[in-house]
Amino acid sequence: MITFRLDPASGVPTYLQLVHQVKHALRVGQLQVGDQLPLVREVVASLAINPNTVLKAYRQLESAGLTVGRPGVGTFVRVDVPDQTVMATPALRRRLSAWVDAARKEGLDDQDLSALFASALHDSVAEGVA
Amino acid sequence: MSAPLEVTGLGRSFGHTWALRHCSLRIEPGSITALVGPNGAGKSTLLQLAVGLLTPTEGTATIFGQPPATSAAALAQVGYLAQDHPLYRGLTVGDLLRMGRGMNPTWDHDFALGHLAELGIPLSRKAGGLSGGQQAQVALTLTLAKRPALLILDEPVASLDPLARRDFMATVLADAADRGTTVVLSSHVISELERVSDHLVVLGSGQVQVDGAIDDLLDRHRILVGPGYASPPTGLRHVLSEHTTERQTTLIVELDGPVQDPRWTTHPLSLEDLVLAYLRDPDAGTRTFATQATGSLS
Repeated sequence: MITFRLDPASGVPTYLQLVHQVKHALRVGQLQVGDQLPLVREVVASLAINPNTVLKAYRQLESAGLTVGRPGVGTFVRVDVPDQTVMATPALRRRLSAWVDAARKEGLDDQDLSALFASALHDSVAEGVA
Repeated sequence: MSAPLEVTGLGRSFGHTWALRHCSLRIEPGSITALVGPNGAGKSTLLQLAVGLLTPTEGTATIFGQPPATSAAALAQVGYLAQDHPLYRGLTVGDLLRMGRGMNPTWDHDFALGHLAELGIPLSRKAGGLSGGQQAQVALTLTLAKRPALLILDEPVASLDPLARRDFMATVLADAADRGTTVVLSSHVISELERVSDHLVVLGSGQVQVDGAIDDLLDRHRILVGPGYASPPTGLRHVLSEHTTERQTTLIVELDGPVQDPRWTTHPLSLEDLVLAYLRDPDAGTRTFATQATGSLS
């Protein structure tokens, strides 16, 4: 079972934060096939958030094929997500390293890099690509 | 199915002053609607008209298709909690529960007892001796034990500290999750609205300025940043605010389509900023939201 948390300052819509946390838990193996997600009511009561927000997140996970809802019982993990950690995708990692090197040559410091990455991430979330 | 709450052309005057006018709204079943607006915007008037505590000067308000003032059946489905969480302070919590049980045809005594036990509020205590947060929880428990299909809360958390506020809203939202309760709440705490509600109504000077699903509203509004003294790009429905210097122009806008002009960058707007932009500009009205098709613009 996972516990959701919210970062109000992230600018990421609440339902997407929940979706991301489930995907993350799947990637790192914290959630596995057959595991149950917290009941909607439990999430609502512990975070004091809108039930429709939780339902929206769970619907999105279900339509992505990651979970299955059993009416009256709960929502369960349906598939094992292939390991998509950074280490498992060397090509992506190489490109990111190259990008970091290039940015440093342009004179950007660590904070600039984080800000740039966060802004790109934020834009992609805002445009619904995430 | 009739809407839990629908008002059409609703107006109420006190003497020569209109507290609310030309107000039309439809609250969808199962939605949680935040009603915001400055002091004196007519929020309490609207909610009191909705539950029949006031009678309209013009227009109509209906609850599940019935006028509230004359339909006992409609009123039995509504739970209304006034701003100050009124309780008979000299009565014990247990007395208040017995009173609620005697006065309401639908009353879930087990829920009331269970919930108060969960909160650790003793039945033997007099209401006046409880903390503000506990009084609010007792008043809410009495309202919820009626098992209302429509819950109307007027500034429910204004007087509460952050922890009590959180506990209060958790109780409301858990009830909505359990029973699909439709909730309308007025609030000044804009920063918490996005988390709690899925629909937003902004009232300004007695009229509806904004009305819509929050996801749609956030989808339609953007911050645009462009060159100094530039005139706004095409593709906008409405410019809510404009701040310009020699070097940079910042707009808060309602979109009508994608902004193609490459000189402008678009940024998402938080719900709080959106509400504040409307509150700052009482003439900005976008009453068209509710009737428009709700396609995604992003």
